[in-house]
Amino acid sequence: MSMVTSAITPSTGRETRDTVVIRFAGDSGDGMQVTGSQFTLETALAGSDFSTFPDFPAEIRAPTGTTFGVSAFQIHFGGRDVMTPGDAVDVLVAMNPAALTVELDDLKVGGTVIVDTAAFNERNLNKAGYQKNPLEDDSLARYQVLKFDITKLTADAVKPQGLSSREAHLCRNMWALGLLLWMYGYERAATVDWLKRKFAKKPVIAEANIAALNAGHAFGETAEMTEHLVGYVVPKAHVQPGRYRTVSGTEGLAWGLVAGMRAAGIGRMVFAGYPITPASALLHTLAHLRAYGVVTFQAEDEIAAIGAALGASYAGSLGVTSSSGPGIALKTEMLGLAIATELPLVVIDSQRAGPSTGMPTKAEQSDLFQAVLGRNADAPLAVLAAASTADCFDTAIEAVRIATKYMTPVIVLSDGYLAHAAEPWRIPREADLPRFPVTYRTDPNGFHPFLRDPETLARPWVKPGTPEMEHRIGGLERDYDSGHISYDPDNHARMTKARADKIAGIANDIPLQTVALGEDRGNLAVVGWGSTFGAIHRAVQIARDEGRDVAHIHIRYLSPFPRNLGDLLKRYDRVLVPEMNNGQLVKLLRAEFLIDAEGFGKVTGKPFRVTEIVQRIRGGAIPPPVREGRGVGGEAG
Amino acid sequence: MTVTTITDAQLAPKDYASDQEVRWCPGCGDYAILKAVQKACAEMGLKRDQTVFVSGIGCAARFPYYMSTYGFHTVHGRAPAIATGIKLANPNLDVWVMTGDGDGLSIGGNHMLHVLRRNVDLNIILFNNEIYGLTKGQYSPTSRRGTRSPSTPQGSIENPVSACSFALGAGARFVARSIDTLQPHLIGVLKRAHGHRGASFVEILQNCVVFNDAVFDRITAKEAAPDAQVLLEHGKPLLFGKNKEKGLRLKPGKLELEIVTVGGSLGGGGGAAAGDILVHDETNRPLAQLLAALEPPFPVAMGVLYCNPATPYEQEVQAQLAAAQGNGDLDALLNSERTWEVTP
Repeated sequence: MSMVTSAITPSTGRETRDTVVIRFAGDSGDGMQVTGSQFTLETALAGSDFSTFPDFPAEIRAPTGTTFGVSAFQIHFGGRDVMTPGDAVDVLVAMNPAALTVELDDLKVGGTVIVDTAAFNERNLNKAGYQKNPLEDDSLARYQVLKFDITKLTADAVKPQGLSSREAHLCRNMWALGLLLWMYGYERAATVDWLKRKFAKKPVIAEANIAALNAGHAFGETAEMTEHLVGYVVPKAHVQPGRYRTVSGTEGLAWGLVAGMRAAGIGRMVFAGYPITPASALLHTLAHLRAYGVVTFQAEDEIAAIGAALGASYAGSLGVTSSSGPGIALKTEMLGLAIATELPLVVIDSQRAGPSTGMPTKAEQSDLFQAVLGRNADAPLAVLAAASTADCFDTAIEAVRIATKYMTPVIVLSDGYLAHAAEPWRIPREADLPRFPVTYRTDPNGFHPFLRDPETLARPWVKPGTPEMEHRIGGLERDYDSGHISYDPDNHARMTKARADKIAGIANDIPLQTVALGEDRGNLAVVGWGSTFGAIHRAVQIARDEGRDVAHIHIRYLSPFPRNLGDLLKRYDRVLVPEMNNGQLVKLLRAEFLIDAEGFGKVTGKPFRVTEIVQRIRGGAIPPPVREGRGVGGEAG
Repeated sequence: MTVTTITDAQLAPKDYASDQEVRWCPGCGDYAILKAVQKACAEMGLKRDQTVFVSGIGCAARFPYYMSTYGFHTVHGRAPAIATGIKLANPNLDVWVMTGDGDGLSIGGNHMLHVLRRNVDLNIILFNNEIYGLTKGQYSPTSRRGTRSPSTPQGSIENPVSACSFALGAGARFVARSIDTLQPHLIGVLKRAHGHRGASFVEILQNCVVFNDAVFDRITAKEAAPDAQVLLEHGKPLLFGKNKEKGLRLKPGKLELEIVTVGGSLGGGGGAAAGDILVHDETNRPLAQLLAALEPPFPVAMGVLYCNPATPYEQEVQAQLAAAQGNGDLDALLNSERTWEVTP
């Protein structure tokens, strides 16, 4: 059994780096996601802040060595608040030529490329479209290229385990991980533990992977290195003390829904979904939570999914459904029924690039109109957006609170980026979470199903099965005073107003809009919503460091808006609205508050880069068109 | 207000009626169905507070408003999905789905397929009048070829779907058929459907007096009925005719039914021995398929075509919930997998 060597020797020659962006890239079968996840874990355990984003191919089993089979994992880590997975890459680990050609565009000039020379054979070069081997000409002259025969070094390291050459090949990622952990002075113990657990039934494979990990690490530590291979020190981040873990947006939503159900004192959640990218992960995550009273139901289509969720809410459970843009479109009619019958319902929309099928694996924020406005007739509901993976947890709880307190559907906007990204998260204790127990009406005296609470205007929630409370509800308009079917014209006007007032009144029960960074008045407010939080925040930070009078405002409550939002925005000379669509929030703000807000849309299927927003703040000029790689965008290092 | 509590066992059919005025066209078959359901409820002593009627859209979908139970009038075609959600939330509720040929077999055909396949414990009652009534008379998925309607002025060129064949094909484990006017029979079928655990599917031939009047007369008219219907009884031979003088048997050497006379008294065609006549077996799916497909000149099969119960879907869900590992400790969930401590 291999042993982990003791703590890293503090290399005298280590340089300090504030933050670093690494991208691990290789073939789908090269284990890049696992490599990235383990690097993340060691980073976290060392006390650094981080933000990660995986980028895996849309194809389920892409042919090996092809450009469309490249799988990548990006991590941005460091000693100060890390807000995004990073604009540009400092270190690119390219396990084959396809990974190099696909990912190189995002590497900074002067950045480091680490390659496995053995993978740069004629066959792989051809598949990647290289006429000549880029390692043998000057095409990589702008970068520091570290060429190692990782294949052979791994094979040598795992020789004692007597693996087949194919099995040995599969350990290459651990060798690369070992080297990178050495470069940044991180431990390996958690990875060793993980390998032992993962391969508990195949101890030889576990040993081989640990041997490869240690060999990569030792390679860095011993004198075999070139002059370019140097170690770095990344300082610890100043974060609030407490217990932490990584959380993806999907996990945040799933656990937040469970926490919300419990906070409401509801014994059962019925989560009904239909497979769709990128929303399915939520169904998968919740399917494991039956011990928490979660019933997951894979329906026959999107309509049945929301129908079952609504039926469950009618029967007194917490009904939840989830989809992406095209699926939400199919659910629209049932949302109307939920609004008409005034039943609680939580709908999670993991937005993706559209219209129609669009680009299912690429993120966009283009369902805001659909969420706020996209129904027949006057059909208001509440809309919230999560700003980060950790915020997904709190937003889900808040959605449950509003849905149950106001007897209304609530749409939560997430996106394909948030679903997969991960950040460190200070784990809350359930005892510290808000509580908002629901009351089911059981008193038949004076009851009718559309009696309204004078404060919230919500109607009572009655579980079928309650004695002497039998009643009928439906999509037909109902009389304000009796709940019976009514076609009376004045009554319809009164009911339409009641539905609108109820949703508008939620504004009195949500926090006032705060300023995330900067003053509450001044020259420029940069206003965002959803997953652009990190990029906008960092950009505003940079602009403020340059002495600019600029503030960041990020809106969670998109329907209704916080009641001070209009006044707040009017205190700035200019309002700039970056969003990953062709201008949706900006139109809502202009329509609602009659302010001359400027739109700044990005619809490439990729998140904002910090530099794009900084540039827009500086001059208002549109950044020069640069061909972007498929990187995830984000923050300047 | 004084609330007098009476036990549901004492309830009369009228106690299952709501205070709402029934608004179907005078003479509509739906009145008879409403009456039969209320009577069946009373005879079974159903608890009103435990009973939910769910419907989609259409004339039949008004049904829940006229019952004094819980009721949910939903979206066109989607009642099976909503009813499934109700059962997932509370498996103890007694849930009925009231649907029609357009609602259940056209716009909601997909949901009907899946709710039957999953075997959710619901009583699904399909009012088949072979026409869209509420939208003023367009042909429906069960309308016969040649049906003239506002949308098919030259006659429908579509082949109709057989509701019972569809249900059997979807994997339904209880399939029955009756007629709005066949009162004692209909009540019996409804009671059987309710007694069945799992999805029960009942097709009721229902006369639309305005847009498709008399469309079932060749089956239901008093003088035609004895020859046009075969009343199914488990374990009894498939006999019909005024004096039960006709029977159904398998054509020798073929998987096909034929009409024969019993004892050779009719038509001079010899006649079959009583032993040749098929005996109805509710648990036999291939037989049910043959019976479901019968249409004139064959007699139309009435009664329980198929009944072969299996564990309902929501019961299996309950079993999985009960078997789930873990104690439901949220803090344990949030602290699962790798965590780390940041100290001041």
